[in-house]
Amino acid sequence: MNKHSSMRRLISIAAALVLALSLTGCHGARSRTGFTVPESFDTSQTHEITFWAKNDTNKTQTQIYEKAIRDFEALYPNIKVKIRLYTDYGKIYNDVITNIATNTTPDVCITYPDHIATYRTGSDVVVPLDDLLADSRYGLGGSELLYEGPGQDGIIPEFLSECVLSGSTYALPFMRSTEACYVNRTFVEALGYEMPEVLTWDFVWEVSEAAMKKNADGTFAVNGQKVMIPFIYKSTDNMMIQMLRQKDGGYSTDAGEILIFNDTTRELLLTIAEHAKTGAFSTFKISSYPANFLNAGQCIFAVDSTAGSTWMGAGAPLSDISDEAKVDFETEVCMVPQFDPSTPAMISQGPSVCIFNKEDPQQVLASWLFAQYLLTNDVQTAYAETEGYVPVTVPARASEAYQDYLASGGEDGDLHYQVKIDATRLLLDSTEHTFVTPVFNGSASLRDASGQLIENVTKSVRRKETVDSAYIDKLFSTVRSMYRLDQIEAQGGERDLGPLPAESKALLICLGVAWVFIAACWLREQRRQRKS
Amino acid sequence: MKKFAAILLASSMVLAVTACGGSKEEAQTAPAETAEATEETAADVPVMTHEEYMAAALDTPVCVETYVQATQSWWDGVITVYAQSEDGAYFLYNMACAEEDAAKLVPGQKIKVNGFKTEWSGEVEIVDATFEFEEGSYIAEPADVTALLGTDELEAHQNERVSFTDMTVEAKGDNGDAFLYAWDGSGSADSDSDLYFDVSKDGETYTFTVEYYLCGPGSDAYEAVRNLKVGDVIDIEGFMYWYEGPQTHVTGVTVK
Repeated sequence: MNKHSSMRRLISIAAALVLALSLTGCHGARSRTGFTVPESFDTSQTHEITFWAKNDTNKTQTQIYEKAIRDFEALYPNIKVKIRLYTDYGKIYNDVITNIATNTTPDVCITYPDHIATYRTGSDVVVPLDDLLADSRYGLGGSELLYEGPGQDGIIPEFLSECVLSGSTYALPFMRSTEACYVNRTFVEALGYEMPEVLTWDFVWEVSEAAMKKNADGTFAVNGQKVMIPFIYKSTDNMMIQMLRQKDGGYSTDAGEILIFNDTTRELLLTIAEHAKTGAFSTFKISSYPANFLNAGQCIFAVDSTAGSTWMGAGAPLSDISDEAKVDFETEVCMVPQFDPSTPAMISQGPSVCIFNKEDPQQVLASWLFAQYLLTNDVQTAYAETEGYVPVTVPARASEAYQDYLASGGEDGDLHYQVKIDATRLLLDSTEHTFVTPVFNGSASLRDASGQLIENVTKSVRRKETVDSAYIDKLFSTVRSMYRLDQIEAQGGERDLGPLPAESKALLICLGVAWVFIAACWLREQRRQRKS
Repeated sequence: MKKFAAILLASSMVLAVTACGGSKEEAQTAPAETAEATEETAADVPVMTHEEYMAAALDTPVCVETYVQATQSWWDGVITVYAQSEDGAYFLYNMACAEEDAAKLVPGQKIKVNGFKTEWSGEVEIVDATFEFEEGSYIAEPADVTALLGTDELEAHQNERVSFTDMTVEAKGDNGDAFLYAWDGSGSADSDSDLYFDVSKDGETYTFTVEYYLCGPGSDAYEAVRNLKVGDVIDIEGFMYWYEGPQTHVTGVTVK
């Protein structure tokens, strides 16, 4: 994230790529035969595998990858792992798509299931992992493995199931996170409110509006500063997705039917616009990182990933703002706001690992051995501890080292930074409330479109435009077109396409009439020949 | 009869083309062209001086005539431009631009820009902008702002071409490197990493950035920074970008 001046650019690139590439698919990719697990791994053969990895602009994560590679190569001297580092999923996605066309994909790649859905439009590009997972020699807990990985039931089932596309497993979960609402509790209480057990949207909106009260000198009463944006959301696509899920408002079907342009979305957007108009709500794209405002005492509810928790809160070990700009306050880590606290819903996100098919099955097996190595306890716990990630395996979670780490929250302001461990616990304690959105070719575009709706209404009200039902109608149409959602939906092929257009009907009628006349001509010719 | 059938078939072909035409047109619509279609245009705003632009409220439409000083790489219908007039500078973030026009946005080119004024982490900029080419040329001389480092006066030069003289390269990061890929060294040579390096003047240390999309690998600035050594004394040129404080986007480094 921060101190990264290209981040804003990367985000827009990622969105554009998701759009363009989900539609172009992988035309031109050469067909390759499916992968079959070899009888044994040939240790006499040397393999160089490329690993495209993503870090959160976090040097410790880079070092963990590098250590994992060193340790793995020590176990398998005939496998050399060459890492290429990225800080953005969109760039990985772009490069993978480019390399599919030339058969130069990496061997192992950090990815999102949404992206795999596009990769899979090529022929045998991504290796289905079901046979590998179950293999008694090289699969989970396999007898021939040179390391102790998770057993057959060792991966948290919810997370493994997120990697299943069209009935097959195409990735291994690597890390999981969710979103959290980082709250300036001090300000909430100063405004006369008590923190509820579960944050609700109503509560967040009400407190946010209360925080807009100003002093006579124009400063905000709650912080005495000239700047206060009480509620800032980093990822507006997640905001819309979670709101719709909580209200059962319709997002998409599993087959790719787009449901997002509905009355619930309309109602949500009008509510968001109402609070953006008063200045009580803004977004990362419009205002900047929620952490910068939160830590400066200029925000009360900052929603960001648990994987960004080391940047959040008073005393955060990482920060982009100067020490003079920071203020002291009590930070509370909460589940994202809910409509119904009795049935909470929060997104599950985080990196997964996929393997690309190659001509040599031994190369693929080498890739699998490395991918699976990323699930060993040392790698899992070390990486999870860099941010508010949770390990995806049962053994790593249960390990003594990890339990000690969790129990040491607050002992220091770095590795055991309390906010980070609270964010981690949030997901550990609420995994059953997590969900993911349906994955299909184009689902990444739908995700971007959902965020664009919020960005547009927020920007529009700030510019004094009228946001009403007519505006929302136009917005729906624009966003549907911008992200080519009609085409994506058509690719799904399982929806009701509606009545035929008039031109198509006229075409079919003309063709029918033409064939009738052709038949009439033929019969008339036959009769003439008989008579003659 | 045969003629009638032929006419019918010909009509069918016309209808078939018509029926297919609509979907093709829709498919070719570029996202950047429609991205802001729901927003009002800023086309009716009169041309402002830099002083009027700075006085304009945030989130209001603005219009300026200015001159391109440098651009970041074009992408998907947008381009980010560092622009400057004789009375002040502008940062045009993700301005709508066709690829063929991007090639014409060379240093010195005069343009008229319509967009909205906004602020992002302290950086005052024009967003959702469109532009048209105008006749005229101007390239700003870099203002030497070395003496303003660490002072509030530096912000008055935001987005301008600036220079810093006799700066000493300091060690950065755990390994004492002269520069880092990404702010904390988490980037790498083969990724799209900005470069970060520290220089000192009069006992104070400041961080400078080579923005990948402004001066990427192969550019003089990127390569010069990659060849820096701790202790080098250098002159720096760049644009006075702002992110929670000054964050100069470096365009040139001269080792003395």
